[in-house]
Amino acid sequence: MADAKLSFMENYRKQSRNFRSPLWISVYVLAAVVVLGFMSGSHLIRMIFPYAIAYTIPMLMTALGGLYSERSGVTNLGLEGLMLVGYFATAITIKYTEQTSYAIALPLGLLVGVLAGALFSMLHAFASINLKADQVISGTAINMLASALTVYLARTIAGSGNVRIMLGIVRKDIPLLSKIPIVGPLLFTQTYWSTWVALAVWGASWYLLYKTSFGLRLRACGEHPSAVASAGVNVHRMRYFGVAMSGALAGLGGGTILITYSGEFNGTVAGLGFLSIAALIFGQWKPLGILGATFFFGTATTIANVSQVIPEFGVIPPVVFKVFPYVVTLLALVAFSKRSAAPKASGEPF
Amino acid sequence: MKIKFKSNTFLIAVSAVILGLVAGAILMASIGSNPFEGFYYLFRGGLMNVERIGNTIATAITLMLVGLSVAFAFKTGLFNIGAAGQMLVGGLCATLVAHYVFLPRPLYLIVIIAAALLGGGLWGVIPGLLKAKFNVHEVVATIMMNWIAYWSIYYFVPAYLKGPSLETESKSIAISQSLRSPWLTEIFGGGYINLGIFVAILAIILIKFILDKTTLGFELKAVGSNRFCAEYAGVKVNRNVIISMMIAGGLAGLAGMTYYTGYSRNIQIGVMPSMGFDGIAVALLGASSPIGVFFSALFFGMLQSGKGFMNAMTEVPPEIADTIIATIIYFTATSVLFKKFWDSVGKRIRTKRKDRADKAVAQEGKDNG
Repeated sequence: MADAKLSFMENYRKQSRNFRSPLWISVYVLAAVVVLGFMSGSHLIRMIFPYAIAYTIPMLMTALGGLYSERSGVTNLGLEGLMLVGYFATAITIKYTEQTSYAIALPLGLLVGVLAGALFSMLHAFASINLKADQVISGTAINMLASALTVYLARTIAGSGNVRIMLGIVRKDIPLLSKIPIVGPLLFTQTYWSTWVALAVWGASWYLLYKTSFGLRLRACGEHPSAVASAGVNVHRMRYFGVAMSGALAGLGGGTILITYSGEFNGTVAGLGFLSIAALIFGQWKPLGILGATFFFGTATTIANVSQVIPEFGVIPPVVFKVFPYVVTLLALVAFSKRSAAPKASGEPF
Repeated sequence: MKIKFKSNTFLIAVSAVILGLVAGAILMASIGSNPFEGFYYLFRGGLMNVERIGNTIATAITLMLVGLSVAFAFKTGLFNIGAAGQMLVGGLCATLVAHYVFLPRPLYLIVIIAAALLGGGLWGVIPGLLKAKFNVHEVVATIMMNWIAYWSIYYFVPAYLKGPSLETESKSIAISQSLRSPWLTEIFGGGYINLGIFVAILAIILIKFILDKTTLGFELKAVGSNRFCAEYAGVKVNRNVIISMMIAGGLAGLAGMTYYTGYSRNIQIGVMPSMGFDGIAVALLGASSPIGVFFSALFFGMLQSGKGFMNAMTEVPPEIADTIIATIIYFTATSVLFKKFWDSVGKRIRTKRKDRADKAVAQEGKDNG
């Protein structure tokens, strides 16, 4: 009896500790934002919500890529560069196919972006897995190489450092679901199809990483690779898979920027890759965590961008919202310094 | 007699540079340009007359200071990837001084240098503190600090230092308030050359002195090579981590000063200074030694300042220089490849020598016998 009570107390304490994790904090703040928004007129929320989602999705994909890589034990600071590669490859593909075959140009572009990202990430995989190089330096090299090489290629292929495309995703209402009160207008009206693809990828990744034995092995490679190796798993191959997924998903993220809100490759993703790394940390290396974190950061970015035109947000200077994600990530790192959720072997060669 | 032939840092650096240049040549060839012509104009653009040499040096000044910043942190086992943000903050402090502080020249230079040191140092010491007190990894912390600086300046400059024409840059500082100096400009026939060169050289000498001749330097290096051993020997590891990041930040702040108030005369917003990352290449190629940093900064400075001329004379886009630098970093990171290669070369030479010696001994033995 006493035991049961004790274990209940322990469970309760564990849970309550969980409720103080960055994920939950972000949920609270988000809830507060939503409530505040409704108080100051729901049109505000309805106005910024679609933009917030548009900013969230590229980050979500990239951070999810980072999750694969870090969980398999390879730190990937090259996400910014991999995103840029996907951004560029998607732009070039769409530019040269949109005239002739515009029905498939967008999906084709995304596919090429995914492949290009995965291919480019092999540089990082080779350096950090086979050559046991310093992964931070290799990731930095990937970023620099991507930002130089993509503009170089854009200039030689398209004649200019900027590649503009004509096509973009047409936003659509989801039938039936968009009719639900409150949630319908927020989530199911004026949506991009790429958003649903991204969410499906997110769900599948969660299933793969947490519900299959393959996922268990992959995650174990990031915690204790020698134990996995002694169980007969090829750690190098698992890590290659992790890095390739990070490249592919960052490429997808970059491509999504292009076909949703940007419409033009301009040689930079303006720190979204690094923001994704921040989201990965803030989300404590968990799929649900990064979903919350990226949405949180996406909302902050949106508010910063629209605060000049929407007087309700003008009271707080936009710089607060822009700096916010980085500051809370630092604070989260401080708060969780005692028991970091980071994969233990991430960044260590095997 | 044993002849030692070990792969050393110099051989590795040279191999990385050669592979970087080869990668550049392949890229040039792939777009149908003649690589030899491309490299000819690239080097010529950096060196063809005194003005261009001056510009190469002016570019190298910033790279030297950033490289020194990264190298100094490396010595303590820290990776300062936040030089870009420290440059921005140091540069902003220097720009503010240039706009609002009017003093006799020598005094003014001291004030502007102090401001840049303070700004950069502040941006460096925060990750240092986080690392020392909370064990937050300095790589992540400095990246976050980079973007905090980026966005702060993005909104600060238009609000308080708005330029007359362009929204994207601050108003220019007076030329008399910049680091450019009439006599220096005259020697080099114009260009971007500025007093930063003396700042950079002084910094290199000072850092070399600190690292080689002082107790602080010894402790910093001890922490870098084995922090547990250093701790056991009574070195205050946390204190050294903080000091190291502070000095590294200060050096990057100086780099920001030489760039924003010497090379250029205003701050552009929405641009993360790429020199902050090129500095990593400078430090790696220079094997983290102050002297190595000096020479590798000159080399990268030449690539960076020659690319415009090359672009004007050939079809090759100027980003080739950045591609070469990035490739060199990649190959320095994977230097284990060359290490193996040079070790095997060394081994082969050694065994050949030994074979020859053995044969000679055998021959001699036969002759005598």
